[in-house]
Amino acid sequence: MNSTIIEINSLRKDYHVGEVTVHALRGVELKINEGEFVAIMGASGSGKSTMLNILGCLDKPTFGDYLLDGINVNTMNKDAVAKLRNQKLGFVFQAYNLLARTTALENVELPLFYNPKVRSKDRKEAAVKALEAVGLLDRMHHMPNQLSGGQQQRVAIARSLVNNPVLILADEPTGNLDTRTSFEIMELFQDLNEKGRTIVFVTHELDIARFATRNVMFKDGKIYRESAVSERLNAREILKTLPLEAIEEFD
Amino acid sequence: MNYSNLFRIAIRALIRNKLRAFLTMLGIIIGVASVIAMLAIGEGSKQKIRGQISSMGTNMVMVMPNFQRRGGVSLGSSSSMALKYTDVVALRSEATDISSVSPEVRASGQVIYSNQNTQTTIYGVSEEYLSIKKLEIISGRFFNANELKNMSKVCVLGQTVVENLFGVKADPVGLSIRIKNLPFLIIGTLKDKGESGMGQDEDDLILAPYTTVQRRLAAIDYINGIYASALSEEKSPAAIAEVTEILRRTHKLKESAENDFRVMSQSELLKTVSSITDVMTYLLGAIAGISLLVGGIGIMNIMFVSVTERTREIGLRMSIGGRGKDILKQFLAESIILSILGGMIGVIFGYLLARLAGSLMSTVAIVKTQSVFLAFIVCFIIGVFFGWYPARKAANLNPIDALRYE
Ligand SMILES: Nc1ncnc2c1ncn2[C@@H]1O[C@H](COP(=O)(O)OP(=O)(O)O)[C@@H](O)[C@H]1O
Ligand SMILES: [Mg+2]
Repeated sequence: MNSTIIEINSLRKDYHVGEVTVHALRGVELKINEGEFVAIMGASGSGKSTMLNILGCLDKPTFGDYLLDGINVNTMNKDAVAKLRNQKLGFVFQAYNLLARTTALENVELPLFYNPKVRSKDRKEAAVKALEAVGLLDRMHHMPNQLSGGQQQRVAIARSLVNNPVLILADEPTGNLDTRTSFEIMELFQDLNEKGRTIVFVTHELDIARFATRNVMFKDGKIYRESAVSERLNAREILKTLPLEAIEEFD
Repeated sequence: MNYSNLFRIAIRALIRNKLRAFLTMLGIIIGVASVIAMLAIGEGSKQKIRGQISSMGTNMVMVMPNFQRRGGVSLGSSSSMALKYTDVVALRSEATDISSVSPEVRASGQVIYSNQNTQTTIYGVSEEYLSIKKLEIISGRFFNANELKNMSKVCVLGQTVVENLFGVKADPVGLSIRIKNLPFLIIGTLKDKGESGMGQDEDDLILAPYTTVQRRLAAIDYINGIYASALSEEKSPAAIAEVTEILRRTHKLKESAENDFRVMSQSELLKTVSSITDVMTYLLGAIAGISLLVGGIGIMNIMFVSVTERTREIGLRMSIGGRGKDILKQFLAESIILSILGGMIGVIFGYLLARLAGSLMSTVAIVKTQSVFLAFIVCFIIGVFFGWYPARKAANLNPIDALRYE
């Protein structure tokens, strides 16, 4: 159960903008085990997104090694990395990134289209199952513009689940949502984590980070503190105490 | 990604932008439709003209006086006096590659029956003329050698003249008409031939003995032309050579002198007309082809807009496992589907357009399967060619850059 899923050694990422070089990451060491629920925190511009994009194989580091599930990603070619994203990773974005004018079901099916081994019957079945897991079975034929922000994010989470990934990555998944909906998303993540999924997500909200099992704090492109969450919150319990009509959410 | 998935993804993407997809196709539709219609109209008129020329007999040989020029001004072939009846006699006795020979003397003027009158051309010919020109007597008879010799005032009418003077379906045989104020007895009528390829009424004529027309109506001592039948269509070139040789001799032309006459055969005319209509067809096709090219550039333009507009979508597809080549194939598939679908609709429209134009121009429009095939191949090539560059651009995007695109 405690096998290592992510191992990062002295990772650096530089961006060159004209004459200026931005050192977004300046030597990061990180290890994440299977079954962990990690929150990456830090001020804006501290390198959280850069880190997550590299973890998600959307971007390549300037220097350093990244071992995902024992495979060194840096040595792989583009197509192999695409296959890795398709079969081992699930990505959730702050802005949901659903295809417009495409039903929830079709959006969730999308990753499986890029997997030649999945037959069309199994594809639909898997998509329905993923939508069921996020509690949106009754909305499967709705278009994104017919869904609330929270529901859209659930569809996006279903999409990240559909390929049965070893790792789910989420960049500020609750950033566009109100408090109650944020807690609902966290409830969903906690459920998934209990079922054994490894989840890494970025947030800058302290109370959201307390739903995770471990917090990793970034500052100026480096990890400056790592800690296990001592008093972990349970989203389901908290939701029970919140008033249904959440009026206080004008933040 | 397999091809049915690819196809499905491309179709879904197109359906999401139905209006834009349709507008893009419109260029191709118009291009293909005009190519198909133009080629069909060209082919149709070519075959119609060919049919009419052949119906006049493919082994006919014609002799016309050459254009006489004085001070660079053409006086027209009819004013030339180069051909005489003695030429006809010489051809009859000497030529071996032709079977029958007839002179032609033309006069035009007013024809009157009681209170009806009409303007027409009177052709003075000999008995052989009917078989040379493939004309048929439908009522009465043609004139005989005796009437030719006696300059008899007898005539045979074409159906248009019959209609103009006597009414539709009338049989005026035995009645008398006045041609340029001379009384002529109608001894027969001709079967109608219909309109010629050049829009000429082939039935608007009167035939009479050439002697009568030459002396009594035109008052000339030369003839306007000679018509003859080559033994066969294949013998036409030999017949032309023989006729030329005999006429040069009877006209006593020196080695260096140019012919004062022209000899043409119907099969030669057919070739000339065919090549002219072919050129016309290709020209029409080429003009229409340009609009097809413009349609293709329209596809490229839209695909570029589409790639730019859908950069984030491309980023998302890459983030969930789409490879560069999957993206490339998707955009290529979209442009090929657009152009092929546009091509199909274009073929249907082109066919309808051709039929419409055909009925308006009273020609038949013939859509050849080759041009349909060609249209499809061209559409496929357009789809690949004009889709490739934008698709390539999409495929080369970096996933994270595409996702961040604004
Ligand atoms: N594509 C880019 N080009 C140039 N600089 C970038 C780019 N992406 C991020 N940066 C810079 O890298 C640093 C870290 O950014 P980011 O990882 O997005 O921070 P966070 O997500 O923690 O707010 C910032 O200073 C940012 O300006
Ligand atoms: Mg960020």
